[in-house]
Amino acid sequence: MFDTALSSSDLLFLAKGAGMTIIVTVISVTIGTVLGILFGVIRVQLGAVLSAPLTFFLDIFRSVPLLIQLVLANAFMGMVLRLQLSGFTVACMVLSLYTAAYCSEIVRGSIDAVPSTTRRAARSLGMSWAQDMRYIVMPLATRVALPSWIGLALGVMKDSALVYVVQVTELLKSTQILITRLQEPLFLLMICGAFYFLISFPLARFGGYLEKRWSND
Amino acid sequence: MIEIQNVRKSFGPLEVLKGIDLTVQRGEVLTVIGGSGSGKSTLLTCINGLEPIHSGKILVDGTEVHAKSTNLNKLRQKIGIVFQQWNAFPHLTVLENVTLSPRKVLGMGKAEAEVIAEKQLKHVGLGDKLSTYPSRLSGGQQQRMAIARALAMSPDYMLFDEVTSALDPQLVGEVLETLKMLAEEGMTMICVTHEMTFARDVSDRVAYFHQGIMAEIGAPDQLFGDPQHPETRRFLASVR
Repeated sequence: MFDTALSSSDLLFLAKGAGMTIIVTVISVTIGTVLGILFGVIRVQLGAVLSAPLTFFLDIFRSVPLLIQLVLANAFMGMVLRLQLSGFTVACMVLSLYTAAYCSEIVRGSIDAVPSTTRRAARSLGMSWAQDMRYIVMPLATRVALPSWIGLALGVMKDSALVYVVQVTELLKSTQILITRLQEPLFLLMICGAFYFLISFPLARFGGYLEKRWSND
Repeated sequence: MIEIQNVRKSFGPLEVLKGIDLTVQRGEVLTVIGGSGSGKSTLLTCINGLEPIHSGKILVDGTEVHAKSTNLNKLRQKIGIVFQQWNAFPHLTVLENVTLSPRKVLGMGKAEAEVIAEKQLKHVGLGDKLSTYPSRLSGGQQQRMAIARALAMSPDYMLFDEVTSALDPQLVGEVLETLKMLAEEGMTMICVTHEMTFARDVSDRVAYFHQGIMAEIGAPDQLFGDPQHPETRRFLASVR
């Protein structure tokens, strides 16, 4: 089984694919988180009724399979809007909105988890809405949100495997290319899985570290 | 001076304040007693504008609390309030809990705010807990921290909303002692409370609230010794 034709240049090819996975994930999770916080705060402030259109828009990104979103977005950008966007750009746009949709749910839930009595105490000390948000709500909500957000980031990293449909050669696509050539699917998928693990593990550990640090006990 | 003029307030169809008139002078200690749902806690949250009112007026040093032009964040700096639930900021140490508002609202420097906070925390007996997180404190200690946090803003008025109701019985005393000390120092206070002995010992006047109206107000000796309103008599008989 370990008598393989895999060469060091093939490994480098896989590493490049892994690099692409990391780049797409970092960009999408960053933009998605910023948008998610914005959308989440807007939804809390406006209430369920007024923010219904936004919630509906975001629900589309949560409900339709990512693969379909990528294919349709790519076609829409090219054929309808006549934009010459690279597959990479489309992939980042779709994944960012996908992340934002989930993230806004996390943000909304986490803000709601801050007791209204605590916020009332902050306001009664003369703090403005913005000061209450900044010094009380955000720090407390962040602690609540962290485990879910880490889960989301890891999920997006793995889901980014689907961006091959818009011609982005990330880790899984690179692996498939090698499989076609070397005909060693199980071994190559094992290596590919190991790469994914190496990317995920530090983030998961970092989350655990923050959780511990913030527990105040 | 706090002037409450014919204040009415409803939660949905339920009218909880049915025309309250009350004036509290500087330096006065007023306690408010009454059954649950009598509107006494609601009145406190209306005084610092946390709750809107539907008609009437509340003036604090001549400023109308619920006027659109009133800067509530500014007004609240001189009205401290402490709630039944002590509402510590759990992510901040005891010292940070107390310095946060002086620093961010009053714009004080860190060192200056810490001097004030330490002084107030020592005052309420928490001088040795400065770098502790609230989760490590007892309910009584957290409540005293909340009092110090309000006092650090140097308020002219302090409102206490059943501050001992959520505490274990053996912790009530330490909080009441703190309130007594403030009263003796001349702080203007409105205390909503179920502690009758405290009300009797500390107050200049005691008000009895019943179903959204102030049924009776008077000196503690008079109200407890010779209540005029039949509802007051019934209430006092039931709590004794």
